Amino acid sequence: MELPAISLDLPDEAATVRLAAAMAAVVRPGDTIALSGDLGAGKTSFARAFIRALAADPRLEVPSPTFTFVQTYGDGRIPVRHFDLYRLAAVADLEEIGFTDDLAAAESVTLVEWPERADGMMPRGALGLRLDMAGPGRTVRLDVPEAWQKRIAAVVKSAAG
Amino acid sequence: MTTGPRLVLGIETSCDETAAAVVAHDGDGKGRILSDIVLSQTDEHALFGGVVPEIAARAHVEALDRVVERAMTDAGIGWGDLDAVAATAGPGLIGGLLVGLSTAKAIALATGLPLVAVNHLEAHALTPRLTDGLDFPYLLLLASGGHTQLLRVDGVDRYRRYGTTIDDALGEAFDKTAKLLGLPYPGGPAVERAAARGRADRFLLPRPMLGRPGADFSLSGLKTAVRMEAEAIAPLTTGDVDDIAASFQAAVVESVADRVRHAIRRFRDDGAPAAPALVIAGGVAANGALRAALAAVAAAADFRLIAPPLRLCTDNAAMVAWAGAERLAAGFADGLDFAARPRWPLDADIAGIGGGAKGAKA
Repeated sequence: MELPAISLDLPDEAATVRLAAAMAAVVRPGDTIALSGDLGAGKTSFARAFIRALAADPRLEVPSPTFTFVQTYGDGRIPVRHFDLYRLAAVADLEEIGFTDDLAAAESVTLVEWPERADGMMPRGALGLRLDMAGPGRTVRLDVPEAWQKRIAAVVKSAAG
Repeated sequence: MTTGPRLVLGIETSCDETAAAVVAHDGDGKGRILSDIVLSQTDEHALFGGVVPEIAARAHVEALDRVVERAMTDAGIGWGDLDAVAATAGPGLIGGLLVGLSTAKAIALATGLPLVAVNHLEAHALTPRLTDGLDFPYLLLLASGGHTQLLRVDGVDRYRRYGTTIDDALGEAFDKTAKLLGLPYPGGPAVERAAARGRADRFLLPRPMLGRPGADFSLSGLKTAVRMEAEAIAPLTTGDVDDIAASFQAAVVESVADRVRHAIRRFRDDGAPAAPALVIAGGVAANGALRAALAAVAAAADFRLIAPPLRLCTDNAAMVAWAGAERLAAGFADGLDFAARPRWPLDADIAGIGGGAKGAKA
Protein backbone atom coordinates (compact mmCIF):
# COMPACT_ATOMS: atom_id res chain seq x y z
CA MET A 1 0.00 0.00 0.00
CA GLU A 2 1.37 3.38 -1.00
CA LEU A 3 1.49 5.80 1.92
CA PRO A 4 1.02 9.53 1.54
CA ALA A 5 4.46 11.12 1.21
CA ILE A 6 5.91 14.51 2.07
CA SER A 7 9.29 15.76 0.91
CA LEU A 8 11.24 18.48 2.68
CA ASP A 9 14.56 20.20 2.04
CA LEU A 10 17.03 20.26 4.89
CA PRO A 11 19.61 22.80 3.70
CA ASP A 12 21.94 22.32 6.67
CA GLU A 13 22.45 20.35 9.85
CA ALA A 14 20.45 22.86 11.87
CA ALA A 15 17.42 22.05 9.70
CA THR A 16 17.89 18.34 10.41
CA VAL A 17 18.09 19.05 14.13
CA ARG A 18 14.88 21.14 13.94
CA LEU A 19 13.02 18.36 12.16
CA ALA A 20 14.27 15.78 14.68
CA ALA A 21 13.19 18.00 17.58
CA ALA A 22 9.77 18.58 16.04
CA MET A 23 9.28 14.83 15.68
CA ALA A 24 10.51 14.14 19.19
CA ALA A 25 7.86 16.54 20.46
CA VAL A 26 4.97 14.54 18.99
CA VAL A 27 6.26 10.98 19.25
CA ARG A 28 4.37 8.41 21.37
CA PRO A 29 5.24 5.09 23.00
CA GLY A 30 4.90 2.32 20.46
CA ASP A 31 5.95 4.48 17.49
CA THR A 32 8.53 3.18 15.05
CA ILE A 33 10.53 5.38 12.69
CA ALA A 34 12.29 3.65 9.80
CA LEU A 35 15.41 5.64 8.85
CA SER A 36 16.66 4.84 5.38
CA GLY A 37 19.33 6.35 3.17
CA ASP A 38 22.82 5.51 1.97
CA LEU A 39 25.99 5.40 4.05
CA GLY A 40 26.78 8.93 5.13
CA ALA A 41 23.30 10.28 4.40
CA GLY A 42 22.81 11.27 8.02
CA LYS A 43 20.60 8.57 9.53
CA THR A 44 22.56 8.37 12.77
CA SER A 45 22.88 12.17 12.91
CA PHE A 46 19.10 12.43 12.68
CA ALA A 47 18.66 9.74 15.34
CA ARG A 48 21.15 11.52 17.60
CA ALA A 49 19.30 14.83 17.31
CA PHE A 50 15.99 13.06 17.93
CA ILE A 51 17.21 11.18 21.02
CA ARG A 52 18.85 14.31 22.43
CA ALA A 53 15.67 16.33 21.88
CA LEU A 54 13.55 13.66 23.55
CA ALA A 55 15.95 13.56 26.51
CA ALA A 56 16.14 17.38 26.58
CA ASP A 57 19.92 16.92 26.79
CA PRO A 58 21.82 18.39 23.85
CA ARG A 59 25.05 16.74 25.01
CA LEU A 60 23.73 13.21 25.57
CA GLU A 61 26.12 10.62 24.16
CA VAL A 62 24.52 8.85 21.23
CA PRO A 63 27.16 6.61 19.68
CA SER A 64 26.68 4.78 16.41
CA PRO A 65 24.82 1.52 17.04
CA THR A 66 26.43 -0.21 14.04
CA PHE A 67 28.71 -2.41 16.11
CA THR A 68 26.24 -3.38 18.84
CA PHE A 69 23.08 -3.46 16.66
CA VAL A 70 21.10 -1.55 19.29
CA GLN A 71 21.52 1.16 21.90
CA THR A 72 18.80 1.93 24.39
CA TYR A 73 18.08 5.20 26.19
CA GLY A 74 15.95 5.75 29.26
CA ASP A 75 16.75 9.43 29.71
CA GLY A 76 13.75 11.09 28.16
CA ARG A 77 9.99 11.15 28.59
CA ILE A 78 9.81 7.93 26.52
CA PRO A 79 12.47 5.19 26.35
CA VAL A 80 14.19 4.89 22.97
CA ARG A 81 15.48 1.80 21.20
CA HIS A 82 17.94 2.77 18.45
CA PHE A 83 18.58 -0.12 16.10
CA ASP A 84 21.11 -0.33 13.27
CA LEU A 85 20.61 -3.39 11.10
CA TYR A 86 23.60 -2.62 8.85
CA ARG A 87 25.52 -5.70 10.02
CA LEU A 88 22.46 -7.94 10.12
CA ALA A 89 22.26 -10.75 7.61
CA ALA A 90 19.55 -13.12 8.81
CA VAL A 91 16.07 -11.87 9.67
CA ALA A 92 15.95 -14.63 12.31
CA ASP A 93 18.60 -12.69 14.24
CA LEU A 94 16.16 -9.84 14.91
CA GLU A 95 14.85 -11.77 17.89
CA GLU A 96 18.30 -12.03 19.43
CA ILE A 97 18.93 -8.31 19.35
CA GLY A 98 15.54 -7.64 20.95
CA PHE A 99 13.93 -6.21 17.84
CA THR A 100 10.89 -8.46 18.17
CA ASP A 101 10.36 -7.73 21.89
CA ASP A 102 6.73 -6.52 21.68
CA LEU A 103 6.58 -5.30 25.27
CA ALA A 104 9.67 -3.12 24.90
CA ALA A 105 8.36 -1.91 21.55
CA ALA A 106 5.03 -0.88 23.08
CA GLU A 107 6.73 1.13 25.83
CA SER A 108 9.37 2.75 23.67
CA VAL A 109 10.01 4.73 20.55
CA THR A 110 11.91 2.54 18.10
CA LEU A 111 14.32 4.02 15.56
CA VAL A 112 15.52 1.62 12.89
CA GLU A 113 18.44 2.30 10.57
CA TRP A 114 18.72 0.04 7.51
CA PRO A 115 15.07 -1.10 7.94
CA GLU A 116 15.18 -2.92 4.59
CA ARG A 117 17.38 -5.53 6.29
CA ALA A 118 14.41 -6.40 8.56
CA ASP A 119 12.59 -7.57 5.46
CA GLY A 120 8.94 -8.21 6.36
CA MET A 121 9.49 -7.71 10.09
CA MET A 122 9.04 -3.92 10.23
CA PRO A 123 5.83 -2.90 12.04
CA ARG A 124 3.09 -1.83 9.64
CA GLY A 125 2.52 1.54 11.27
CA ALA A 126 6.15 2.65 10.96
CA LEU A 127 6.82 6.17 9.76
CA GLY A 128 9.24 6.07 6.84
CA LEU A 129 11.97 8.72 6.83
CA ARG A 130 14.40 8.65 3.92
CA LEU A 131 17.43 10.92 3.78
CA ASP A 132 19.28 11.75 0.57
CA MET A 133 22.26 13.98 0.08
CA ALA A 134 21.60 17.20 -1.84
CA GLY A 135 24.78 19.25 -2.10
CA PRO A 136 25.77 20.27 1.41
CA GLY A 137 22.25 19.58 2.69
CA ARG A 138 19.73 16.79 2.59
CA THR A 139 16.29 16.07 1.27
CA VAL A 140 13.98 14.06 3.45
CA ARG A 141 11.00 12.04 2.33
CA LEU A 142 8.41 11.07 4.92
CA ASP A 143 6.09 8.16 4.17
CA VAL A 144 3.25 8.80 6.54
CA PRO A 145 1.03 6.06 7.95
CA GLU A 146 -2.45 6.76 9.37
CA ALA A 147 -1.30 7.13 12.98
CA TRP A 148 1.09 9.92 12.02
CA GLN A 149 -1.04 11.92 9.59
CA LYS A 150 -2.39 14.51 12.04
CA ARG A 151 0.89 14.86 13.88
CA ILE A 152 3.03 15.28 10.81
CA ALA A 153 1.36 18.55 9.86
CA ALA A 154 2.54 20.02 13.16
CA VAL A 155 5.99 18.58 12.58
CA VAL A 156 6.32 20.15 9.14
CA LYS A 157 5.14 23.52 10.40
CA SER A 158 7.43 23.47 13.40
CA ALA A 159 10.44 22.19 11.47
CA ALA A 160 10.05 24.96 8.90
CA GLY A 161 10.22 27.62 11.63
CA MET B 1 45.73 -20.24 48.87
CA THR B 2 48.36 -21.20 46.31
CA THR B 3 51.76 -19.63 46.67
CA GLY B 4 53.03 -20.12 43.10
CA PRO B 5 51.61 -18.52 40.00
CA ARG B 6 47.87 -18.10 39.79
CA LEU B 7 46.33 -19.80 36.75
CA VAL B 8 43.20 -18.21 35.33
CA LEU B 9 40.94 -19.38 32.52
CA GLY B 10 39.49 -16.47 30.53
CA ILE B 11 36.48 -16.47 28.22
CA GLU B 12 35.63 -13.76 25.68
CA THR B 13 32.34 -13.71 23.73
CA SER B 14 31.32 -10.04 23.76
CA CYS B 15 31.28 -9.64 19.99
CA ASP B 16 32.31 -11.72 17.00
CA GLU B 17 35.18 -13.75 18.47
CA THR B 18 34.71 -16.89 20.51
CA ALA B 19 37.85 -17.14 22.62
CA ALA B 20 39.31 -18.91 25.64
CA ALA B 21 42.79 -18.74 27.15
CA VAL B 22 44.78 -19.70 30.20
CA VAL B 23 47.19 -17.18 31.69
CA ALA B 24 49.61 -17.50 34.60
CA HIS B 25 49.96 -14.53 36.95
CA ASP B 26 53.24 -14.87 38.81
CA GLY B 27 53.67 -13.67 42.34
CA ASP B 28 55.75 -10.68 41.19
CA GLY B 29 52.97 -9.45 38.90
CA LYS B 30 54.45 -10.83 35.69
CA GLY B 31 52.31 -12.86 33.33
CA ARG B 32 52.62 -15.73 30.90
CA ILE B 33 50.14 -16.97 28.33
CA LEU B 34 49.77 -20.75 28.54
CA SER B 35 47.16 -21.00 25.80
CA ASP B 36 45.22 -18.59 23.62
CA ILE B 37 42.42 -19.83 21.34
CA VAL B 38 40.46 -17.41 19.14
CA LEU B 39 37.77 -18.51 16.75
CA SER B 40 36.93 -15.52 14.58
CA GLN B 41 34.05 -15.04 12.21
CA THR B 42 35.95 -12.39 10.28
CA ASP B 43 36.78 -14.67 7.37
CA GLU B 44 33.13 -15.50 7.01
CA HIS B 45 32.21 -11.85 7.31
CA ALA B 46 34.45 -11.02 4.38
CA LEU B 47 32.15 -12.99 2.13
CA PHE B 48 29.26 -10.78 3.16
CA GLY B 49 30.96 -7.40 2.81
CA GLY B 50 31.05 -6.84 6.54
CA VAL B 51 27.66 -8.26 7.35
CA VAL B 52 27.54 -10.82 10.12
CA PRO B 53 26.32 -14.10 8.66
CA GLU B 54 24.90 -15.18 11.95
CA ILE B 55 24.76 -13.15 15.09
CA ALA B 56 27.34 -14.12 17.59
CA ALA B 57 25.34 -15.83 20.34
CA ARG B 58 24.40 -18.94 18.40
CA ALA B 59 27.89 -19.27 17.00
CA HIS B 60 29.33 -18.80 20.49
CA VAL B 61 27.06 -21.51 21.90
CA GLU B 62 28.17 -23.92 19.22
CA ALA B 63 31.88 -23.16 19.55
CA LEU B 64 32.59 -22.22 23.15
CA ASP B 65 32.78 -25.64 24.82
CA ARG B 66 35.30 -26.84 22.26
CA VAL B 67 37.29 -23.60 22.46
CA VAL B 68 37.50 -23.85 26.26
CA GLU B 69 38.48 -27.51 26.08
CA ARG B 70 41.19 -26.66 23.58
CA ALA B 71 42.51 -23.83 25.77
CA MET B 72 42.79 -26.21 28.72
CA THR B 73 44.46 -28.93 26.62
CA ASP B 74 46.92 -26.48 25.04
CA ALA B 75 47.83 -25.18 28.49
CA GLY B 76 48.36 -28.76 29.59
CA ILE B 77 46.34 -28.34 32.76
CA GLY B 78 43.23 -29.74 34.39
CA TRP B 79 40.40 -27.94 36.22
CA GLY B 80 42.14 -28.62 39.53
CA ASP B 81 45.14 -26.52 38.44
CA LEU B 82 43.09 -23.35 37.95
CA ASP B 83 42.77 -20.60 40.55
CA ALA B 84 39.85 -18.74 38.97
CA VAL B 85 37.66 -18.49 35.91
CA ALA B 86 37.10 -15.10 34.28
CA ALA B 87 34.66 -14.05 31.58
CA THR B 88 33.82 -10.83 29.79
CA ALA B 89 30.55 -9.62 31.31
CA GLY B 90 30.26 -6.42 29.25
CA PRO B 91 30.07 -4.18 27.37
CA GLY B 92 28.91 -5.98 24.26
CA LEU B 93 26.06 -7.89 22.71
CA ILE B 94 23.84 -9.33 25.39
CA GLY B 95 23.43 -12.72 23.69
CA GLY B 96 27.14 -13.34 23.39
CA LEU B 97 27.86 -12.02 26.89
CA LEU B 98 25.29 -14.40 28.39
CA VAL B 99 26.85 -17.39 26.65
CA GLY B 100 30.36 -16.64 27.94
CA LEU B 101 29.35 -15.56 31.44
CA SER B 102 26.99 -18.54 31.91
CA THR B 103 29.71 -20.93 30.84
CA ALA B 104 32.13 -19.36 33.30
CA LYS B 105 29.53 -19.56 36.07
CA ALA B 106 28.89 -23.22 35.29
CA ILE B 107 32.61 -23.96 35.52
CA ALA B 108 32.90 -21.97 38.76
CA LEU B 109 29.93 -23.82 40.23
CA ALA B 110 31.21 -27.24 39.21
CA THR B 111 34.78 -26.65 40.37
CA GLY B 112 34.27 -24.30 43.30
CA LEU B 113 36.65 -21.77 41.69
CA PRO B 114 36.10 -18.05 42.15
CA LEU B 115 34.39 -16.22 39.29
CA VAL B 116 35.74 -12.91 38.02
CA ALA B 117 33.42 -10.84 35.82
CA VAL B 118 35.62 -8.75 33.52
CA ASN B 119 34.88 -5.51 31.73
CA HIS B 120 36.02 -5.94 28.12
CA LEU B 121 37.52 -2.45 28.11
CA GLU B 122 39.45 -3.17 31.31
CA ALA B 123 40.85 -6.31 29.68
CA HIS B 124 42.18 -4.19 26.80
CA ALA B 125 43.43 -1.58 29.26
CA LEU B 126 45.47 -4.05 31.35
CA THR B 127 46.99 -5.95 28.41
CA PRO B 128 50.27 -3.95 28.28
CA ARG B 129 50.99 -5.13 31.83
CA LEU B 130 50.86 -8.69 30.53
CA THR B 131 52.88 -8.04 27.38
CA ASP B 132 55.29 -5.36 28.56
CA GLY B 133 55.13 -5.43 32.36
CA LEU B 134 54.04 -1.80 32.30
CA ASP B 135 53.58 0.03 35.60
CA PHE B 136 50.60 2.30 36.39
CA PRO B 137 49.70 4.94 35.39
CA TYR B 138 49.70 5.06 31.59
CA LEU B 139 47.68 6.52 28.75
CA LEU B 140 45.73 4.16 26.50
CA LEU B 141 44.22 4.70 23.06
CA LEU B 142 41.73 1.92 22.41
CA ALA B 143 40.52 2.01 18.81
CA SER B 144 38.53 -0.80 17.26
CA GLY B 145 35.35 -1.41 15.30
CA GLY B 146 33.21 -0.78 18.34
CA HIS B 147 35.30 1.31 20.72
CA THR B 148 37.26 4.53 20.42
CA GLN B 149 38.49 5.82 23.75
CA LEU B 150 41.42 7.57 25.37
CA LEU B 151 41.84 6.32 28.92
CA ARG B 152 44.11 7.09 31.79
CA VAL B 153 44.84 3.78 33.50
CA ASP B 154 45.66 4.47 37.15
CA GLY B 155 45.35 0.93 38.49
CA VAL B 156 43.16 -2.14 38.50
CA ASP B 157 39.58 -0.86 38.61
CA ARG B 158 40.82 2.74 38.38
CA TYR B 159 40.30 4.45 35.05
CA ARG B 160 39.61 7.92 33.81
CA ARG B 161 38.14 8.43 30.38
CA TYR B 162 39.76 11.41 28.68
CA GLY B 163 37.94 11.07 25.38
CA THR B 164 35.54 8.98 23.38
CA THR B 165 33.90 9.11 19.98
CA ILE B 166 30.78 11.21 19.85
CA ASP B 167 29.54 9.24 16.82
CA ASP B 168 31.28 6.48 14.82
CA ALA B 169 34.12 4.30 16.11
CA LEU B 170 37.46 4.51 14.27
CA GLY B 171 37.27 0.97 12.93
CA GLU B 172 33.72 1.60 11.81
CA ALA B 173 34.91 4.67 9.88
CA PHE B 174 37.48 2.52 8.05
CA ASP B 175 34.92 -0.22 7.34
CA LYS B 176 32.32 2.20 6.01
CA THR B 177 34.84 4.12 3.92
CA ALA B 178 35.93 0.81 2.42
CA LYS B 179 32.32 0.00 1.63
CA LEU B 180 31.79 3.42 0.01
CA LEU B 181 34.87 2.89 -2.15
CA GLY B 182 33.99 -0.68 -3.08
CA LEU B 183 36.95 -2.05 -1.12
CA PRO B 184 36.75 -5.40 0.68
CA TYR B 185 36.03 -6.11 4.35
CA PRO B 186 37.61 -5.75 6.83
CA GLY B 187 38.03 -2.16 5.75
CA GLY B 188 41.11 -1.22 7.79
CA PRO B 189 43.72 -3.24 5.87
CA ALA B 190 41.95 -2.61 2.54
CA VAL B 191 41.93 1.17 3.01
CA GLU B 192 45.54 1.13 4.21
CA ARG B 193 46.67 -0.81 1.12
CA ALA B 194 44.81 1.52 -1.23
CA ALA B 195 46.09 4.56 0.68
CA ALA B 196 49.68 3.40 0.26
CA ARG B 197 49.24 3.70 -3.51
CA GLY B 198 47.29 6.95 -3.47
CA ARG B 199 47.94 10.69 -3.13
CA ALA B 200 46.81 12.03 0.21
CA ASP B 201 46.78 15.63 -1.00
CA ARG B 202 44.33 15.19 -3.86
CA PHE B 203 41.19 15.59 -1.74
CA LEU B 204 41.00 18.02 1.13
CA LEU B 205 38.86 16.18 3.65
CA PRO B 206 37.89 17.66 7.03
CA ARG B 207 40.08 17.01 10.08
CA PRO B 208 37.36 16.33 12.64
CA MET B 209 37.80 17.97 16.07
CA LEU B 210 41.24 19.32 15.14
CA GLY B 211 42.35 21.81 17.77
CA ARG B 212 39.12 21.48 19.74
CA PRO B 213 39.50 21.29 23.51
CA GLY B 214 39.38 17.86 25.13
CA ALA B 215 40.13 14.52 23.56
CA ASP B 216 36.83 13.41 22.03
CA PHE B 217 36.63 12.01 18.52
CA SER B 218 34.11 12.51 15.72
CA LEU B 219 34.24 10.52 12.50
CA SER B 220 30.76 10.64 11.04
CA GLY B 221 31.30 13.86 9.10
CA LEU B 222 34.45 12.48 7.53
CA LYS B 223 32.50 9.49 6.22
CA THR B 224 29.98 11.86 4.63
CA ALA B 225 32.79 13.94 3.12
CA VAL B 226 34.29 10.80 1.56
CA ARG B 227 30.92 10.00 0.06
CA MET B 228 30.57 13.48 -1.44
CA GLU B 229 34.04 13.42 -2.99
CA ALA B 230 33.44 9.95 -4.38
CA GLU B 231 30.09 10.92 -5.89
CA ALA B 232 31.50 14.12 -7.39
CA ILE B 233 33.99 12.21 -9.55
CA ALA B 234 32.05 8.96 -10.10
CA PRO B 235 32.62 6.53 -11.74
CA LEU B 236 35.79 5.94 -9.75
CA THR B 237 38.96 4.57 -11.31
CA THR B 238 41.31 2.47 -9.18
CA GLY B 239 43.53 5.54 -8.98
CA ASP B 240 40.62 7.64 -7.68
CA VAL B 241 39.85 5.04 -5.01
CA ASP B 242 43.50 5.00 -3.94
CA ASP B 243 43.61 8.80 -3.74
CA ILE B 244 40.39 9.03 -1.70
CA ALA B 245 41.61 6.26 0.62
CA ALA B 246 44.91 8.09 1.08
CA SER B 247 43.14 11.40 1.73
CA PHE B 248 40.78 9.73 4.21
CA GLN B 249 43.58 8.00 6.07
CA ALA B 250 45.58 11.23 6.26
CA ALA B 251 42.57 13.03 7.74
CA VAL B 252 41.98 10.27 10.31
CA VAL B 253 45.63 10.12 11.29
CA GLU B 254 45.89 13.88 11.72
CA SER B 255 42.70 13.99 13.75
CA VAL B 256 43.70 11.10 16.02
CA ALA B 257 47.20 12.54 16.51
CA ASP B 258 45.65 15.83 17.61
CA ARG B 259 43.31 14.09 20.06
CA VAL B 260 46.18 12.07 21.52
CA ARG B 261 48.27 15.24 21.91
CA HIS B 262 45.46 16.76 23.96
CA ALA B 263 45.18 13.59 26.06
CA ILE B 264 48.94 13.59 26.70
CA ARG B 265 48.72 17.16 27.93
CA ARG B 266 45.93 16.22 30.32
CA PHE B 267 47.81 13.11 31.44
CA ARG B 268 50.74 15.33 32.42
CA ASP B 269 48.42 17.77 34.22
CA ASP B 270 46.92 14.89 36.19
CA GLY B 271 50.36 13.64 37.21
CA ALA B 272 52.73 11.62 35.04
CA PRO B 273 55.46 9.17 36.08
CA ALA B 274 59.11 9.76 35.16
CA ALA B 275 58.87 7.53 32.09
CA PRO B 276 55.30 7.95 30.84
CA ALA B 277 53.86 5.60 28.23
CA LEU B 278 51.22 5.78 25.53
CA VAL B 279 49.68 2.39 24.72
CA ILE B 280 47.73 1.73 21.54
CA ALA B 281 45.33 -1.18 21.41
CA GLY B 282 42.44 -2.35 19.27
CA GLY B 283 42.39 -3.49 15.66
CA VAL B 284 42.97 0.03 14.36
CA ALA B 285 46.40 -0.03 16.06
CA ALA B 286 47.46 -2.25 13.17
CA ASN B 287 47.36 0.71 10.80
CA GLY B 288 50.95 1.58 9.91
CA ALA B 289 50.33 5.25 9.12
CA LEU B 290 48.53 5.74 12.43
CA ARG B 291 51.29 3.95 14.34
CA ALA B 292 53.95 6.11 12.69
CA ALA B 293 52.08 9.31 13.51
CA LEU B 294 51.49 8.27 17.12
CA ALA B 295 55.13 7.27 17.47
CA ALA B 296 56.03 10.82 16.45
CA VAL B 297 53.47 12.35 18.84
CA ALA B 298 54.75 10.16 21.68
CA ALA B 299 58.40 10.93 20.93
CA ALA B 300 57.74 14.66 20.83
CA ALA B 301 56.14 14.42 24.28
CA ASP B 302 58.83 12.12 25.71
CA PHE B 303 56.35 9.27 26.00
CA ARG B 304 57.20 5.68 25.17
CA LEU B 305 54.86 4.18 22.58
CA ILE B 306 53.79 0.66 23.45
CA ALA B 307 51.83 -1.43 20.99
CA PRO B 308 51.15 -4.95 22.24
CA PRO B 309 51.25 -7.62 19.50
CA LEU B 310 48.20 -7.26 17.29
CA ARG B 311 46.86 -10.63 18.33
CA LEU B 312 46.56 -9.31 21.86
CA CYS B 313 45.29 -5.88 20.74
CA THR B 314 42.23 -7.29 19.03
CA ASP B 315 39.58 -9.28 20.86
CA ASN B 316 41.06 -12.30 22.62
CA ALA B 317 40.66 -14.23 25.85
CA ALA B 318 44.24 -13.97 27.13
CA MET B 319 43.50 -10.36 28.04
CA VAL B 320 40.34 -11.46 29.85
CA ALA B 321 42.20 -14.16 31.78
CA TRP B 322 44.90 -11.60 32.61
CA ALA B 323 42.39 -8.98 33.77
CA GLY B 324 40.74 -11.71 35.85
CA ALA B 325 44.09 -12.57 37.42
CA GLU B 326 44.87 -8.91 38.12
CA ARG B 327 41.45 -8.37 39.67
CA LEU B 328 41.81 -11.51 41.76
CA ALA B 329 45.24 -10.36 42.96
CA ALA B 330 43.69 -7.00 43.86
CA GLY B 331 41.03 -8.75 45.92
CA PHE B 332 38.11 -8.64 43.50
CA ALA B 333 35.86 -11.64 42.83
CA ASP B 334 32.23 -11.82 41.84
CA GLY B 335 29.17 -13.79 42.87
CA LEU B 336 27.43 -16.26 40.61
CA ASP B 337 24.53 -13.81 40.43
CA PHE B 338 26.62 -11.25 38.51
CA ALA B 339 24.50 -10.04 35.59
CA ALA B 340 25.91 -9.36 32.13
CA ARG B 341 26.08 -5.63 31.36
CA PRO B 342 25.68 -4.71 27.68
CA ARG B 343 26.51 -1.14 28.69
CA TRP B 344 29.36 -0.83 31.15
CA PRO B 345 31.41 2.37 31.08
CA LEU B 346 34.82 1.78 32.57
CA ASP B 347 34.99 4.92 34.63
CA ALA B 348 31.37 5.09 35.82
CA ASP B 349 32.14 4.53 39.48
CA ILE B 350 34.91 7.02 39.94
CA ALA B 351 33.76 9.72 37.54
CA GLY B 352 30.20 9.62 38.76
CA ILE B 353 28.91 9.28 35.22
CA GLY B 354 25.46 7.83 35.20
CA GLY B 355 23.18 10.02 33.17
CA GLY B 356 25.63 10.35 30.29
CA ALA B 357 26.45 7.38 28.15
CA LYS B 358 23.55 5.02 27.74
CA GLY B 359 24.86 3.13 24.77
CA ALA B 360 25.95 -0.47 24.89
CA LYS B 361 29.39 0.65 23.82
CA ALA B 362 29.58 3.06 26.72
